[in-house]
Amino acid sequence: MKRYIFYALGALLLILPIIGLSTYMMHILILVIMWSVIGMAWNLLGGYCGQVSFGHAAFFGVGAYTSGILYSRLGLSPWWGLPMSIIVVVLFAFILGLIVLRLRGPFFALATLASGEIMRVVSENWVDLTGGTVGILIKERTWVEKTWYYYIILLISVATYFSVKKVIESRLGYYFVAIREDQDAAESLGINTTLYKTLALCISAGLTGIAGSFYTNYMGYIDPHVAFGLHDISIITIMIVMVGGVATYLGPFVGALIMVFLAELIRSIPGLGAAHQTLFGILLIVIIIFLPNGIVGDFPRLKRLFRR
Amino acid sequence: MSMIEVRGVYMFFGGLAALNDVSFVLDRGEILGLIGPNGAGKTTLFNVINGFYSPSRGEVLFRGQRISGLKPHRICKLGIARTFQVVKPLQRMTVLDNVIASAFLRAKKRSDAEDIAIDALRFTGLYDDRNMISRGLPLGKRKRLEIARALGTQPEVLLLDESFAGLNPHELDELIEIIKRIRDKGITIMIIEHHMKVIMSLSDRIVVLNYGEKIAEGTPSEIAKNPVVIEAYLGEERGA
Amino acid sequence: MVKLEVFLQTLIAGLLLGGLYALIGLGMTLIMGVMKIINLSHGELMMVSMYIAYWMFTLFNIDPYISVLIATPLLFFLGIAIQRYLINPVLKVESILPENQVILTVGIGMVLSNLATIFFKSDYRSTPVSYATKAIYLSDFWKDSPIELSLSFPWAFSFLIAVIITVALWLFLTKTDTGKSIRATAQDQDAALLMGVNVKRMRVLAFGIGSGLVGAAGCLFIPIYYLFPSLGGQFTLIAFVITILGGLGSTFGAITGGLILGIFESMTATYLGMGWAPVGRFVIFIACLVFLPGGIASLLRRRRPG
Repeated sequence: MKRYIFYALGALLLILPIIGLSTYMMHILILVIMWSVIGMAWNLLGGYCGQVSFGHAAFFGVGAYTSGILYSRLGLSPWWGLPMSIIVVVLFAFILGLIVLRLRGPFFALATLASGEIMRVVSENWVDLTGGTVGILIKERTWVEKTWYYYIILLISVATYFSVKKVIESRLGYYFVAIREDQDAAESLGINTTLYKTLALCISAGLTGIAGSFYTNYMGYIDPHVAFGLHDISIITIMIVMVGGVATYLGPFVGALIMVFLAELIRSIPGLGAAHQTLFGILLIVIIIFLPNGIVGDFPRLKRLFRR
Repeated sequence: MSMIEVRGVYMFFGGLAALNDVSFVLDRGEILGLIGPNGAGKTTLFNVINGFYSPSRGEVLFRGQRISGLKPHRICKLGIARTFQVVKPLQRMTVLDNVIASAFLRAKKRSDAEDIAIDALRFTGLYDDRNMISRGLPLGKRKRLEIARALGTQPEVLLLDESFAGLNPHELDELIEIIKRIRDKGITIMIIEHHMKVIMSLSDRIVVLNYGEKIAEGTPSEIAKNPVVIEAYLGEERGA
Repeated sequence: MVKLEVFLQTLIAGLLLGGLYALIGLGMTLIMGVMKIINLSHGELMMVSMYIAYWMFTLFNIDPYISVLIATPLLFFLGIAIQRYLINPVLKVESILPENQVILTVGIGMVLSNLATIFFKSDYRSTPVSYATKAIYLSDFWKDSPIELSLSFPWAFSFLIAVIITVALWLFLTKTDTGKSIRATAQDQDAALLMGVNVKRMRVLAFGIGSGLVGAAGCLFIPIYYLFPSLGGQFTLIAFVITILGGLGSTFGAITGGLILGIFESMTATYLGMGWAPVGRFVIFIACLVFLPGGIASLLRRRRPG
C-alpha cells in the first residue's frame, strides 16, 4: 500500500509542470523540493547518526558561493558549481570535522553554530573573493520558465532520497544508529566512530552543498546573509526535520512541505508577516514538547490525538 | 599461552591512582572473576584493557601483542569484546537489528551479518524475541542482548561488566548457563561481579582489587578463605 | 608615552567591560552548572531586561541603575516560569535526539526577539542619562601625570555595581545554606538528593538567579550601550565564550573569563578595528571547546596536588 502511494506521488510530481501551474506555485514547489534535499541531508547526520548540527548553513553557503565565485571570478557558468561544490564542500566538511567531531552532543551543536556564523562573517569581510555584503548577482538567466529548474531539483531530490535510503539500509546505517544511541558502546563493538561520523558529516555536507549550488543558479543572487543565514537556513533546516520527523525517510519532505507553505501563508496575511519568527518559534517549542519525533515519527501518537 | 596479560598497570586521574601496579594474566579458555569493593577500580581496569583509557604506566598485552594505547574499536577487531554496566541497546531497533549492527564487524554482506546475529541470539536464548523492539525488553533480556551484541563481533575474549546486577534468581541461573556455554565454545571470559554466588560458581580463578591494588589472586576456595580479602570487604566492621 | 597611554586606556576599558561581561557569564554558568542545560536564549533575556530599563526611563524617568532593582526580580520570575513551563516538560519528553533542550531555547529566543521587534520596532534606542558623558580624569587626581587617562562615569559605576553583585553572589553561594545546596546540586545531583537537598527547588532557583543576574547586567549595560531587538544573539555568544573559557559551572572561571574577554575585545578594537570582535569571539570559542574543554577552571584544578 505504502509503495503505491509513493509511486503515485512520484508520478504526480513528474507531470505537474505539464499540467500547468502558476509561476508562483512552481516557485513554491521548487523551494519545497530544495528544502527536502537539505532536510534529508541533515537528517542523515543528525537524525540517524545523532550529531545535531546547528550550522548546516555553512555547507549550503559554501556550495552556493562555489557556484557564485566560479561565475564572478572565473567567468564560468554557475552550473559548473553543481559538481564542483561536491568537491569543495566535502573537503571543507572534512577539515571542519577534524575540529568539531571530537565534541559531543550540545558542544558539537554549538561548534557547528559557530562555524556557520564564522563562514558568514568571513564571506562578509573577504570582499575580493565573495563581493562582501554586496553579494554575487548572476546576470544571465539560463531559463526564464521554471520548468527545467523544477526537473533538475526533482532529480537531485530523488537521487538524494534513494542514496540516503541505501546508506541507511547498509552497514553504514547500522553504524550511524549505533553511534547515535551510545557512542562508547559502538566504539567497543569495533565501530571506528571517528571514521563513520566523518563519513556522515561529509555526505550530509555534500548533499547540502549541491542544494546551495542549485540555489545560486535558480535564484540568481546570493549574499552572506542569505547563503549563511543562521535563522534562515540552519534553524529552518532543523525545524524542517523536527516537524516532519527525525530519522524517517519521508519526514524531511513532509517537513519541507509544511514549513514552506506555512511561511508563504504567514507572508500573505497582512500584518502577520512581521510575526513569522514568533510563530515559527512557537511552532518549534510546541513540536519539541509534544511531538519531538515529528509528524512522521510520532504518527501513532498523532492519530490517537485525533481519535479523541 | 596467556590471552591477556596486564603488566604493571597504573592509572592516574589527576593525583589519584585508580589503579596501582596491577598485574595478572588471563589464560586461554578460563573464566576469571574480578571482584572488589565499590570503587576498587574494576571498571577502570576494564576501560584500560578495552582501550578507553591508556594506562599511565605499564602495558596490556593480547596474545603477546601490545594493545595498550590502541583505540577501543581496534581492540575489538583484534578479538576483545566488552559489555557495559548500564546497558544501552539501540532502542528503536529490533533485537535482531541490534546484533546485526555488531555483526557487521566481521561480515561484509548483510546476509552474513544476519547469520552471525541469529547464531548469537540462539546462543543467548533471545531467538524468539528477535523481532521485538529492544526498548520493550525486560532488564534480564536486555542484559542478554548486551552479551549477544558482544558475541556478534565473534570475540576471543569477552569482558562482562556486572551482567548479573538486578536479575532475579531464575534469570541468574539462566545467565550462568549461558556463560558456561560461551566458555565451552572456546571464548575466554573475564567477569566483574558483585554477586558472590555467581562468581564463586562460575570462576576458575579470581582476582581481587581494593583501592586500585591487587590484593589477592587464586581459586574461589582460596579467595573465600583469604583473610586480606575478608578484611577488604568487611572493612571497618572488624575491630582494630 | 602616547603608546603607553593608549595601552592603559584600552586595558582599563577592557577591565570595565570585562566586569560587566562577567555578570552575564555568571548567569549562564550557574544555569549550565546546576541544570546541565544550554540556554541559547540567554542574550534575549538580557534584551528583555534592557527594554524594561528603557521603558522605565522613558516613561517614568527612572534611572537605569534603579531599574536594576526592578528588572532583576522580574527576570528572576520570568526565568522560573520558563523553567517550569517549558524546560521541565522538554526534559521529561522521550525522543530520538537528546539535543531537544537546546532547540527549545532557540525557539524561546526566536519568540522573544521577534516579539520585541513587533512591539518595539527595530530602532536603536538608548537611555541618555544626564551623566552619560561625565568622566573622571587621571589629571583630576594626579596634577602632573605624564599621561591622561579617563574613566567614563557610567562605565565605572556599572562596573562597580557589577562587582557588588558578583561579591554578593559569591557570598550567597559560599556562606548561605541555600547557596551551598545549589553548589552541591551542580557538583553531583544524586549525592545532593541523598543528602536531603531539595534538588528540584535548587534547579528552579538556579535558573531564576541566572536570569536575574543577566537582568541586572542588562540594566547596567543600557546607559553605555544601545538597544535593538536582535542584540540577544551577540550576548548569548559572549556568555558562551565566557562560560567555556572559564569552565562550565565555575563562578571563578566566569569572572576570569569575563575579564579576559573584555580585555581581549578592547585590545582588538583598538589595535585591529571594530569589525573583528565577533570573529575573535568565535575563534576563542572554538579554540576553547577543542583545546581546553574544561576551561580555566580545569587548569587551576590540575595545579592542585593530590
